[in-house]
Amino acid sequence: MKRAPVRRIISNSLVDGPGNRTAIFLQGCNLKCEYCHNPETQKIYPYKWIDEDSKEIRWMTAEEVFHEVQKDIPFIRGITLSGGECTLYPNFLEELFLLAKEAGLSCLIDSNGTIDFSLYPKLMEVCDGVMLDVKAWDEDRFKALTGGNNKTVKKNLKYLADMDKLEEIRIVCIPEEVDAEAILAGIKETIGDKVANINLRLIKYRNHGVVGKLKDTKSPSDAYMDYLEKIASEKGFRYIKRS
Amino acid sequence: MSHILDLIKSKKLTYEQIVLSLAQAAENTLDVLHIPEKTAYYFEQNAIDDLFEGNAPYRPRYVLPDYDKFIKEGSKFLQIDPPKDLDELLNSLMILYRHVPSITSFPVYLGNLDKMIDPFIEGYSDEEVKKKLKLFLNYIDRTITDSFCHANLGPEDTRAGRLILEVEKELQNPVPNLTFKYDPDITSDEIAELALNTSLYCANPAICNHKLNKDTYPTDYGIASCYNILPIGGGAYTLSRLVLPKMAELAEDVDHFFQTILPECLQAMGDYMNERIRFLVEESGFFKTSFLVKEGLIQEDRFIGMFGLVGLAECVNILLRDSGKRYGHDKEADDLADKIMHAIDEFVANFPAKYSHITNGRFLLHAQVGMDYDKGITAGVRIPIGDEPESLSDHLRHSARFHKLITTGCSDIFPMENTARNNPSAMLDIVKGAFALGVKYISFYEKDGDLVRITGYLVKRSEMEKYKNNEVVLQNTTHLGAPNYDNNNLKNRKVRGI
Repeated sequence: MKRAPVRRIISNSLVDGPGNRTAIFLQGCNLKCEYCHNPETQKIYPYKWIDEDSKEIRWMTAEEVFHEVQKDIPFIRGITLSGGECTLYPNFLEELFLLAKEAGLSCLIDSNGTIDFSLYPKLMEVCDGVMLDVKAWDEDRFKALTGGNNKTVKKNLKYLADMDKLEEIRIVCIPEEVDAEAILAGIKETIGDKVANINLRLIKYRNHGVVGKLKDTKSPSDAYMDYLEKIASEKGFRYIKRS
Repeated sequence: MSHILDLIKSKKLTYEQIVLSLAQAAENTLDVLHIPEKTAYYFEQNAIDDLFEGNAPYRPRYVLPDYDKFIKEGSKFLQIDPPKDLDELLNSLMILYRHVPSITSFPVYLGNLDKMIDPFIEGYSDEEVKKKLKLFLNYIDRTITDSFCHANLGPEDTRAGRLILEVEKELQNPVPNLTFKYDPDITSDEIAELALNTSLYCANPAICNHKLNKDTYPTDYGIASCYNILPIGGGAYTLSRLVLPKMAELAEDVDHFFQTILPECLQAMGDYMNERIRFLVEESGFFKTSFLVKEGLIQEDRFIGMFGLVGLAECVNILLRDSGKRYGHDKEADDLADKIMHAIDEFVANFPAKYSHITNGRFLLHAQVGMDYDKGITAGVRIPIGDEPESLSDHLRHSARFHKLITTGCSDIFPMENTARNNPSAMLDIVKGAFALGVKYISFYEKDGDLVRITGYLVKRSEMEKYKNNEVVLQNTTHLGAPNYDNNNLKNRKVRGI
């Protein structure tokens, strides 16, 4: 069985998808977002590497993680894999999801969308949905904000919508930094009328815990959030949540 | 007598609070109950406690009138015809509530409000109903100035139920205490989520496991006072409690506890409760004169005696102090607690209780929640505040185990993070899981809200502040809540959720 670096397991999370869930945060991310709230989860470690910053990390098998999850049954409806970027460990995810599905739990992935989901059809079979971050639509802006490339994010957007596995689209809203209007337009162009049945979460940026260059950037106004919600609604989104 | 003069001169009590205190002082000049020496000894040690019910019982502790019968038939004594519309219904209830006695002299049970009101709201718009409900509920809050007053909702999803929840969220009243009876086979997820979400704004309603409580009696049940599960059309004569930590302190060791202290206290309390019931039924005039009895709104054969216990946690921790094992954390401690509970249960199952027809002549167990004067005594079978398990799941499993033997009310309280307000379905998941495992009753409040659940009743933090500053406050229960909040470190209750 593959082991993955587990940074943290939250046994009753009210903020990682629908219902009460156990959220599992894996260590390591392939992006380096300027506004990352969990910068300590970014560093990618070689197998069983130990240093000062990695002491909290446990290299666990899917079975070991599932053993922890079992303690929360029957209080949870599912598990959410998050990170870092949990899709860096697709085989581990598949093994864990198989165990969770057998126990009747729903399995969600919280992802930055930079790993091509279509390459992992078996994982997608046992995954109930993906909560996908769309951090910027313009490629240069995405690069400046995250250090990465958003081609795969866009491909995943379409793929997941077609597969009916798009649980939620998330946009962290920061005027000047994030082209939220372009994101909404781009999503609509990519998946068309499917926007009507997909959850959209507009997240108000907060600089709590941020160490990147946006650490002093202020939260957007409620008026701006209202404005984005209106645009989203005009694009055909019906399930818009704000947090 | 100086106590009476102190009451009269009090600058902290309202007129009504003084009158009620004077009545109790008068009652306590009497000495009419036969109390054997050994019982008196255990009272002195505070190993058993009659909760200041008074020296000469003249009304049952909790009275749950059959409001459905009242709505159907009206009341001859009160000269009220059966109500024909919503105004008449609410007005009739307001009149009747004024005449329902209890240990606090205020009604402790207002009925299953949604089911009582729902048939009368057809033809009214939501706004019209809500306006009438607000007047009704504010009248209750401002005149029943004691939050040991309880109304029930559910388990069905009704329009009236939804409107009451909406109004409650707006009003932020501590009275009445509300409980939603929840049964996943009957209650819709929508109204259950609405109820839970409402509780994160005004600490009301609590949620009762309908499936596990509905067959407690051959008749229907209501939740009264804090969270007492009692027969409708009857109630509870009396509630005394075993103060388990004080009993443990009297014991030389675990064996002495089981062989001497526990059996003696059980016998003393059982006899004492019978003596109270005997006096109430045979000597006081209550059951012979009350119009509630004459009109069949309550019946003597639907009253029970509640055999309370408090502080199981500290009892176990004291008995195991040498090993340092703790209730809620160590298997050995929890197994000992289980053994104590079974010993108490066995006694109660065999001890003949007077005038307790509906329970076949037996008392029923109750997890008493503590008093304002308790220090270092945790409510019922709860885990002490500040010593809660890290995981909510572990905590709820423990609750389920120890709720099992308690039939007339047992509960747990969880303050929640603000994020819970955005995820009502998560709250319902927690409730569904807990109830499936055997948790009988549960309540939540948002950690920073003004309304806070003390032990089972609600008090406003803002009112407690006033009372601490020697100001006169409307609700009696603020007097109890303020010291309880401090004595029992309620601000340190473990906040759940993320």
